[in-house]
Amino acid sequence: MSSRDLILGRVRAALRDAPPAVAPVPRDYRREFPAADLEILVDRLVDYKAEVYRVPPSEVAATVTAITSRAAAASAPASSAAGNDAAVSRDAAVLVPPGLPEAWRPAGAFPDDGLAPDRIAAADAVLTAAAVAVAETGTIVLDASPDQGRRIITLLPDVHIIVLRPSQVVASVPEAVARLTPGRPLTWISGPSATSDIELNRVEGVHGPRHLHVILLEGDDGD
Amino acid sequence: MTFLGMPAFAPRGVGHLRGDEPFPAAARTALGNSQMRRNLRHATTTIRGKSGRVIAELPDWQDLRSAGSAIKADVMSRLPELLEELETRVTTAGGTVHWAADANEANEIVTRLVRETGSDRVIKVKSMATQEIALNEALEAAGITPVETDLAELIVQLGEDKPSHILVPAIHRNRSEIREIFLRAMPGVDPSLTDDPPVLAAAARRYLRETFLSTRVAVSGANFAIAETGTLAVVESEGNGRMCLTLPDTLITVMGIEKILPTWRDLEVFLQLLPRASTGERMNPYTTMWTGVTPGDGPQNFHLVLLDNGRSAVLADEVGRQALHCIRCSACLNVCPVYERTGGHAYGSVYPGPIGAILSPQLTGIEDNASLPYASTLCGACFDACPVKIDIPSILVHLRNQAPHPRAERAVMATASRVMQNPRLYARAQRAAKLARIVGRRGRGLPPPFSGWTAGRDLPEFPDQTFRDWWAAR
Repeated sequence: MSSRDLILGRVRAALRDAPPAVAPVPRDYRREFPAADLEILVDRLVDYKAEVYRVPPSEVAATVTAITSRAAAASAPASSAAGNDAAVSRDAAVLVPPGLPEAWRPAGAFPDDGLAPDRIAAADAVLTAAAVAVAETGTIVLDASPDQGRRIITLLPDVHIIVLRPSQVVASVPEAVARLTPGRPLTWISGPSATSDIELNRVEGVHGPRHLHVILLEGDDGD
Repeated sequence: MTFLGMPAFAPRGVGHLRGDEPFPAAARTALGNSQMRRNLRHATTTIRGKSGRVIAELPDWQDLRSAGSAIKADVMSRLPELLEELETRVTTAGGTVHWAADANEANEIVTRLVRETGSDRVIKVKSMATQEIALNEALEAAGITPVETDLAELIVQLGEDKPSHILVPAIHRNRSEIREIFLRAMPGVDPSLTDDPPVLAAAARRYLRETFLSTRVAVSGANFAIAETGTLAVVESEGNGRMCLTLPDTLITVMGIEKILPTWRDLEVFLQLLPRASTGERMNPYTTMWTGVTPGDGPQNFHLVLLDNGRSAVLADEVGRQALHCIRCSACLNVCPVYERTGGHAYGSVYPGPIGAILSPQLTGIEDNASLPYASTLCGACFDACPVKIDIPSILVHLRNQAPHPRAERAVMATASRVMQNPRLYARAQRAAKLARIVGRRGRGLPPPFSGWTAGRDLPEFPDQTFRDWWAAR
């Protein structure tokens, strides 16, 4: 007898000898929601230490450049910060998925065309779109579409910048689950990498990107 | 002898479901550790506050609990068909499904799969199922090095310690103890390490980075498996889960057969319940969902190991089977007055606290964990806190009835039952009870062989006149 048949036989025997009462699942929890409130999304994102920028689509590339140059200045050693302008002024190496809109790409953007992990890890930042965002929880979901790329590219760089269209924001978790396609690899992101393992307090910055920046598009919903 | 096809307990001699000593003895030792008690009180107070605040944000929390409870009951009632459906979906999506009747078989399967890759090292995402079956010990015996990548698991592994909490296995350690463990056991650690939590987290990041990038096999557990789609989900915080689920060539997931959910939509309930009940967050930082193998993205070899190891025996108990509804959030630990004082080690099993007190004895058979159903005051805080409404106090009482009782106790209880069913005998017994005042004066307790009963209890004060006597003389 295979273990498969053994286990299924045991489970069937357990249910046969003590049949469970079957009742319908009461789905009385909230399932109708008003349009997503972007202010709530921003509040939740900031609460989890993500940085939020609200700009029109035409300013995405410039915003990315501003983020990466500030990050470079912050991580440069204090001794070289004064005189060594070259280190700060070079274009940051921003990794982008192959399907990211051209207009969003800053100078220094390089696409993922099957890069090796060490090349990905060496990027100063990664810039992607998203699939869905949940206002109530401050969550952004990536589904590996061409404008979001393979899962690895948003994992190894220390800075992750996400461009979000207002139409992608829903109010609640049930709406997000309904919008997503189950077969795709999904990554639900709520703030930067964090842990609660030391005295059960949340501390940001363990293995995933330690900095999460969200560019929420204003006005026109883009392309 | 067990009959093939009949529900079976988790076998002895393997895994971490049985302690070395009964709960009362282990608890007595643990209560002497005042540092641990301070750490636990601080941590559980923090998490209760956080969890309470984010739960209060949801006006439909009770409705979500009811739905979660009913979905799990539905899963149990048709587990065979759901398991077969999951197997079909995972296989169709490019994964391979294995069935493990117990801990030994699961360990053999995982060891064989790792050997076939040629790797002598695996990276691990925190998983209760692999702790339960002692997979790390089995891998080490086969010459394979398991590296725990969850921060708390790493603290436990480097400290050669045992986990004491479902969610935060190192909850019994405070920041300065963690710093000492890192300084002692983490290769290449910066000697000027401070006990600032972000600094400690950064040390773990540096230490594990190269291991993540160079290890070709990962082992994980799973929080949910969707029968309808074959999708697996791992809920985590640090990104170590994403690393393990994304970077290696081969992913091996070990999952208890009860973790299944029928439909994709059911996630809308559990993704609201779990983070708020467990870490007290609106949503945990990272959740990864994958369905079989995706060409060009993530592990190209995926194995799912479905584990019984006593679960079918739990399912056979009409009352106790609710314990299989558990989603491992650990809210019941965080509110339990007993857990807060004794810590997790005293329970002897990887499943501590109230849920452990009902799950461990059912997985092993009551004889092997007979004291655990008593590791509770029956205050009911765990029932209130449980996001899927497991009636833990009722199951505790149910298991106390099943636990072996000493012959003298059984005789006394049988007599009491006879007396209480007969009014004349009962009246006589009430008058006779006054004798107890003579044998056991207040503060002194009863003489042997009843002294054990009064060791931890005060004898009630008996009145001079019983109610019946007063009524008759009125």
